[in-house]
Amino acid sequence: MCLAMPMQLIRLTDDGSGIADLDGIHYTVDLSLIEDPAVGDYIIVHAGFGIEKLNREEADERLQLFARLAAGDVVGTSKR
Amino acid sequence: MKYIDGFRQADAARALGQRIAAGFTAPRRDREVAIMEVCGSHTMAIARYGIRDVLPAGVRLISGPGCPVCVTPPGYIDAAVELADRGLTIVTFGDMLHVPGSQTTLAECRSRGGRVEVGYSPSVALDLARRHADREVVFLGIGFETTLAPVIAVVDRAAREHIGNFSVLTAFKLVPPALAALRADPEVRVDAFLCPAHVSAIIGADAYRPFAGPGGVPCVIAGFEPLDILLGLEGILRQLADGRADVDNQYRRVVTAQGNRRAQELIARLLEPVDAPWRGLGLIPQSGMALRQRYAAYDAARRHGIVVTEGRSHRECRCGDVIKGKQFPADCPLFGKACTPDSAIGPCMVSSEGVCAAHYKYAGIGEASS
Repeated sequence: MCLAMPMQLIRLTDDGSGIADLDGIHYTVDLSLIEDPAVGDYIIVHAGFGIEKLNREEADERLQLFARLAAGDVVGTSKR
Repeated sequence: MKYIDGFRQADAARALGQRIAAGFTAPRRDREVAIMEVCGSHTMAIARYGIRDVLPAGVRLISGPGCPVCVTPPGYIDAAVELADRGLTIVTFGDMLHVPGSQTTLAECRSRGGRVEVGYSPSVALDLARRHADREVVFLGIGFETTLAPVIAVVDRAAREHIGNFSVLTAFKLVPPALAALRADPEVRVDAFLCPAHVSAIIGADAYRPFAGPGGVPCVIAGFEPLDILLGLEGILRQLADGRADVDNQYRRVVTAQGNRRAQELIARLLEPVDAPWRGLGLIPQSGMALRQRYAAYDAARRHGIVVTEGRSHRECRCGDVIKGKQFPADCPLFGKACTPDSAIGPCMVSSEGVCAAHYKYAGIGEASS
């Protein structure tokens, strides 16, 4: 079930878990599958586990693409 | 910063939808082009956002076997019910509860006293085992690579802590072998794949290389926000128009070329590939994963001496054909009549990611394959 949402890590705990925030609700997330998780990172969470970090640069670039689309600019999507 | 809102801008979606509809003529004139999406979440999102409506004439979007619940034979439910009948505690993801086995469902089993608990995470099952040492706990480990990783991380933890009353009834399936089987199936015609988002986060974009290139098809990885899907489809149409067949990772904010190495190493350490039966597709070689012998104590089938058989489906159930994109839900004689979300006969209707459930809920009854 890939209903994974990006949640923001607000705290790391000693046992390899963390607390993540989505819309003000806090969830315990197992971080054993994530390399070097840090507070402030956005994590894709699935079945109680972080499965990957959100790449902020890529996310921002994508958001800008959508904003340009909304503004009516002609934009391409392919990137090597 | 909330990372969801920006991906759901209506204006951008509208602009993109218009661009797709206006800018692309059908890539081929002699026949329809079929784009297959193989992710249950894509199936749902496409239905929910009405994405089929923006595709130009001559392009068809078909759903593939993207729902792990749907491709698991009913015999798996039979095995889970049997374990519950023996007094074991079954912990499962919610959408397994109403999936029909040969005779019954886990929900029904629970209603007559079976210990069936719903958990959003395999960690819930392990916690239960820790807190109740007198109970044998079995987690129903069913899923593709995205789910495989968390489940196996929990097995690893159980092994390290020497938890003696926890095991997993595994039904892990791998996406790339299924794609290969679909490409090789003469009854299925696929001109491009819209590849899953979070399976790809685990396996990496490079995993689709064997399906692209000369003689291959475009493989575009997309997230499941509507804008992601629209851009992904546009990318596919562009490739088809240009005669290209490349792997295009459009979910780079989460998916890397190599994928999640930590998850892959864990998977390789605890599991080995096995042949696996897929509802509708038959036995696909090396398409499943089983626990290695040294983890046999955590494998419910070996631990509890239970064999998972094929089981029996309803005679008129067409889930098998729907799963491989050969038929649309409306082609099934049971769809919307005997088979509805409230009284599902096949897993495609019951699962929250099932094709039939998506069509029933969002597309209405009536969209047929012809």
